[in-house]
Amino acid sequence: MAVKVHVTSVIQKAVDGQREFDSDGATVAELLSNIDRQYPGFAEQIMGTDGVLHRFVNIYLNDEDVRFLGGQDTPLSDGDTVSILPALAGGAR
Amino acid sequence: MPISVYIPSPFRRLTANREYVSVEGTSIAEVLDALDTQYPGFANLVYDREHKVPTHINIYLNNQEIHDLQGTATSVRDGDQVAVIPALAGGADGGAGSVRGNGAAPPSNALTPDEVMRYSRHIIMGQVGPQGQRKLRNAKVLVIGAGGLGGPVALYLALAGVGTIGIVEFDVVDLSNLQRQILHQTADIGRPKLQSAKEKLQAHNPHVQVVEHKMPITSDNAMAIIPNYDIVVNGADNFATRYLVNDAAYLAGKTLVDGAILLFDGQATVYEPGRGCYRCLYPAPPPPGLVPSCAEAGVLGAITGIVGSIQATEVFKQILGIGEPLVNRLLLIDALSMEFRTMKIRRDPKCPLCGDEPTLTELIDYDAFCGSPPLEVPIATEA
Repeated sequence: MAVKVHVTSVIQKAVDGQREFDSDGATVAELLSNIDRQYPGFAEQIMGTDGVLHRFVNIYLNDEDVRFLGGQDTPLSDGDTVSILPALAGGAR
Repeated sequence: MPISVYIPSPFRRLTANREYVSVEGTSIAEVLDALDTQYPGFANLVYDREHKVPTHINIYLNNQEIHDLQGTATSVRDGDQVAVIPALAGGADGGAGSVRGNGAAPPSNALTPDEVMRYSRHIIMGQVGPQGQRKLRNAKVLVIGAGGLGGPVALYLALAGVGTIGIVEFDVVDLSNLQRQILHQTADIGRPKLQSAKEKLQAHNPHVQVVEHKMPITSDNAMAIIPNYDIVVNGADNFATRYLVNDAAYLAGKTLVDGAILLFDGQATVYEPGRGCYRCLYPAPPPPGLVPSCAEAGVLGAITGIVGSIQATEVFKQILGIGEPLVNRLLLIDALSMEFRTMKIRRDPKCPLCGDEPTLTELIDYDAFCGSPPLEVPIATEA
């Protein structure tokens, strides 16, 4: 399944500075491992060595948090947009 | 002699939507007659059947209500400005219209003529009106931080006439703050941010009360501060404070207007108690060092204004009870592509704070939770 991937600034350095790129996968998990193959070192930005996504990183399929779909087993369709969003803390100082 | 007259939006259908028109006259009565000649029907809007200006309409000569002068007999001179301000929901409950009267003190909750003029661009909107303006004046909003986000939030709240603005801030102004923190200026370097912020806010609007909380917000003081306010705005620069403020606002039953920035990115959302919280969105903070701060990674100054203005707008909507709040939606702003997107936020039934079986019923040690050094220790990095 060909999907578009959006990442926020923090993760861009792991994907050659891109904010948006094309990748593919039948599920979210497959997509993440394909992205890691495209951009080695990507996975360690968002998950532990056990393959479990960090709890401060959310993945959205279109506008829905995959935790409320099927998690990393959530199936993808052609044309979907997947967004990877770690928490931000900047503000006051 | 040409007199400039401000026409309120409900009357502009007569003036081809013009906000200001120019007419001749030597008194207010002549100006009103001239307006009726030029824009037939105008007199019906500003005079009642006895040819008197009804109490729901205030007419200002420069900044003074004509009732405090000589009424419609007040003479006008070349270059004077006249403004016609209808009180859209005024009346016995102390609306703008009831401010008038023969020198009698207005009811304590009525807007003064100065306020009606100052806030006229808000008041003439049907969604605000004098009643909405009084809600703003009666509102108490707590802003966490007087920096990049807290600055524009507090500034727009003050300009809008939010009556009580509490600010929690313990930092001093640093040269590197001035690239984005609009309340602080070069001469403020080294001064407490709280003092600098209060001065600027009150210079913009002396009607606003600024309550100083010169301390970091902690588990020990949060529940003494937050319950005194209606709404909490988060402009914190670190995860420990974000989780603390989230938990305290929820436990105090207060709506939290959240915002965050980094690099060219911004995020904003609103948490209403029972409809999801920061822990539903991000169950745990990143380990220290994994997500960089603004000091480490940088931040575009103007994005603080974008996100802060959005937060101020959401506060405004909450106070007035209008529009669709940014609840259950995470607004993502990418300044480089200038794309605004929203993602859904759901209340997590398993959330330890606001879930079905909560385990967090009081504040915890957030520095330990986030693995960060305690806030009292000088922080080397700045967001």
